[in-house]
Amino acid sequence: MSDERITKTISGMDSVNSTVLGADEIILNMGPQHPSTHGVLRVKLKLDGERVAGSECIIGYLHRGVEKIAEHRSYQQFAPYVDRMDYVAAVSNGLGYCEAVEKLLGTEAPPRARVVRTILTELQRIASHLLWLGTHALDIGALTPVFYCFREREEILKIFEKYCGARLTTHAFRIGGLQYETYDGFEEDTKRFCNDFAHKIDEYETLLTENRIWVGRTKGVGILNAADAIALGVTGPVLRASGVKWDLRKAQPYAAYDQYEFDIPTRETGDTYDRYVVRMEEMRQSRRICLQAVENIPTGPIMARIGKVLKPPPGEVYHSIEAPKGELGYYIVSDGTTQPYRVRVRPPSFINLQAFDKMAKGSLIADVVAIIGTIDIVLGEVDR
Amino acid sequence: MGHLIPPSIMPFVLPVLYAVVIVAVLPLLAGYIVLMERKVMADMQARLGPMRVGPHGLLQPIADAVKLLLKEDIIPDKADRLMFWFAPLVSVTMALLAYSALAIGPAFQIADLNIGLLFILAISSLGIYGIVLGGWASNSHYSLLGALRSAAQLVSYETAAGLGLISVLLLAGSLSMKDIVQAQSDQGVWFGFSVPFGFFIYLVGSIAETNRAPFDLPEAESELVAGYMTEYSGFRWSLYFLAEYANMVIVAGIATTLFLGGWLRPGARYHEHIPGTGIEWLDALPALLTLGVALYSLKLAPKQPVKIQKIVMVLVAVLCLGVAGVLAGALLAPPAVMQGIHGAFWFMAKVFAYIYAFLWIRFTFPRYRFDQLMRLGWRFLIPLALVNVIGVGVAIVLRQQFAWGPIVSLIPTTLATLGVAMLLAKDDVPVSEAQMADGE
Repeated sequence: MSDERITKTISGMDSVNSTVLGADEIILNMGPQHPSTHGVLRVKLKLDGERVAGSECIIGYLHRGVEKIAEHRSYQQFAPYVDRMDYVAAVSNGLGYCEAVEKLLGTEAPPRARVVRTILTELQRIASHLLWLGTHALDIGALTPVFYCFREREEILKIFEKYCGARLTTHAFRIGGLQYETYDGFEEDTKRFCNDFAHKIDEYETLLTENRIWVGRTKGVGILNAADAIALGVTGPVLRASGVKWDLRKAQPYAAYDQYEFDIPTRETGDTYDRYVVRMEEMRQSRRICLQAVENIPTGPIMARIGKVLKPPPGEVYHSIEAPKGELGYYIVSDGTTQPYRVRVRPPSFINLQAFDKMAKGSLIADVVAIIGTIDIVLGEVDR
Repeated sequence: MGHLIPPSIMPFVLPVLYAVVIVAVLPLLAGYIVLMERKVMADMQARLGPMRVGPHGLLQPIADAVKLLLKEDIIPDKADRLMFWFAPLVSVTMALLAYSALAIGPAFQIADLNIGLLFILAISSLGIYGIVLGGWASNSHYSLLGALRSAAQLVSYETAAGLGLISVLLLAGSLSMKDIVQAQSDQGVWFGFSVPFGFFIYLVGSIAETNRAPFDLPEAESELVAGYMTEYSGFRWSLYFLAEYANMVIVAGIATTLFLGGWLRPGARYHEHIPGTGIEWLDALPALLTLGVALYSLKLAPKQPVKIQKIVMVLVAVLCLGVAGVLAGALLAPPAVMQGIHGAFWFMAKVFAYIYAFLWIRFTFPRYRFDQLMRLGWRFLIPLALVNVIGVGVAIVLRQQFAWGPIVSLIPTTLATLGVAMLLAKDDVPVSEAQMADGE
């Protein structure tokens, strides 16, 4: 083959002959059945060798029409449905929805209910981050941390199970407060978990944080700078790892977060390693919040007086909380009946997933799985 | 028996017998290495591992094998049928062929070639054709990428591992597996101790060659589904699987022979006898160890929940008791027989220790990325191996000129290589994507 033809082929001008040289790009479908896409995400990758020249996320395989269902259920009936969005952080979903409806009603949960909600939500954050850590490490090839993470997550799920009978889709909260009182020994269980957990995080860190291979696989991979992160609407640990100190628990405190001391961990570079460090530190901060909250749970009623049939006045409300994966917002429109006119969910996973293409461009296939892992998506929430 | 067999084919009888034994036993052994792997993994991950099929999962490999044999044999529509059929055979044939030169103890060896090591390396390298052809014939992107990675990886790490082996060859002065072990016996030190960096380089290189984590990129589950094996199923898949584990035993065998003294007993120079007999204390150790395992199995037997499990556990105990009996009986046999049997025991013990190290590494480390793998191979291991080989050459000169001892003469080499290793490691910082795009 003449030199001229080769040059032409490489520059992409002569696409017919490029197959002869084998220098053409190949399209690789990752998913929807692929071990590392965390559910039914399908990523279409344009590959130049092993390097990603472009990518496209194809979603919708898990679409169940959650928002539409809301229009045909009463406010209370819809509450269990939100647990099925981010099914690894059901408690957080429930908190966001219940508080949004309470805001629409112009009422508030009693102090005791708010503190218990805070404790359970923070435990859920730890559980969600543990699941992320295990699967993320597994994607990068570390086989062992996932079992350690599940061991600790199991303790949290046991607390949930003792509290409300369910482990995953808990429906732990009700509009206006709580359905159940805390069980005997709730405080002790939480304290025991928090005390044990301090050593466990250190244990995970000995396996990963300074491991040369781990650092090599995560540092400089999937960089997202602060300007891009803000422009894409990214929230949660992904945003904070890019150096933006934004946490709704501090910015617009809800539940009982204004009563407790905790830090917002941030990092500068916005690469996969930074997101790892931020989430590890967040688990420590969540533990800190739990320990403070459990020391002093106020006594009193657990349910506000809101009546059995909920008929919020016509109007609309947007309420958002800091879910484990980012800002989880509910926009609810009421027409004065017992059923919402429209519920729109702002799911953190869906919006964070937008950053994928930016992060993945120019990286290798191996980085793609690391990047999917580091965004921490749950497809139930992306597709709803 | 001698008069039944014509003298002209007499030299071939024993080798053929050994070959049949190896071909028959190896698949079973591979199955049990898988079980061992799963049990070790479970232990490191705070779980139990297989417990259902047989007591403590002891029959799991057999159940797996039966399942694989009965599975439907699928050839993808667009695959190259001939190559698809041929590729796993190449892999498994080469893996089995390499055993012919491996010396399992002083007595058990199919052929004592004077270029034994070279033969094993050459044959086991040919196994890569099975992977590349299989990946190509599947006509799937995942398989193709897996095969490409495999080819690139093998070329890089074969070089490093080969250079690691050369340091030993310089010391032993032979390529015959038997002579290499004899050299370690004569010099009184296992080469793993005299050239630790050669051993280290070979360890890393051999993990990469056998596609084990953290270098399991050709079949990286989370990236390429199953790499070159993605489209294979059933019996063909199990052939690849067998080849992989057979290769693991091969590299462990090479490492044992070259670095860990082959079939030599630990403390080979220690000759304290049991009072009143001609038996050495350390020679009694293998029999006692297997006896211990037998007694432990017997103790576990009544605790098994189902009758059939109790029976299997007792059978395991009887098997161990039999092995213990053979090992003990060998003590009273002529020295040649005794060394043959005990040599095989020590050889296998070292092979399994080496495989255990493989597993330990697999469950501890994350996986390298492809470019990092290449960088580690070309910029760290190969320069290090070159320095090490030169150092061993210098050590041999020192030994000849100044009559330094076999260990003392190698200390400067080891220190120098350590210095170079630290220098290279400092240089090998993770690079960001931007730098990578510029540099490569």
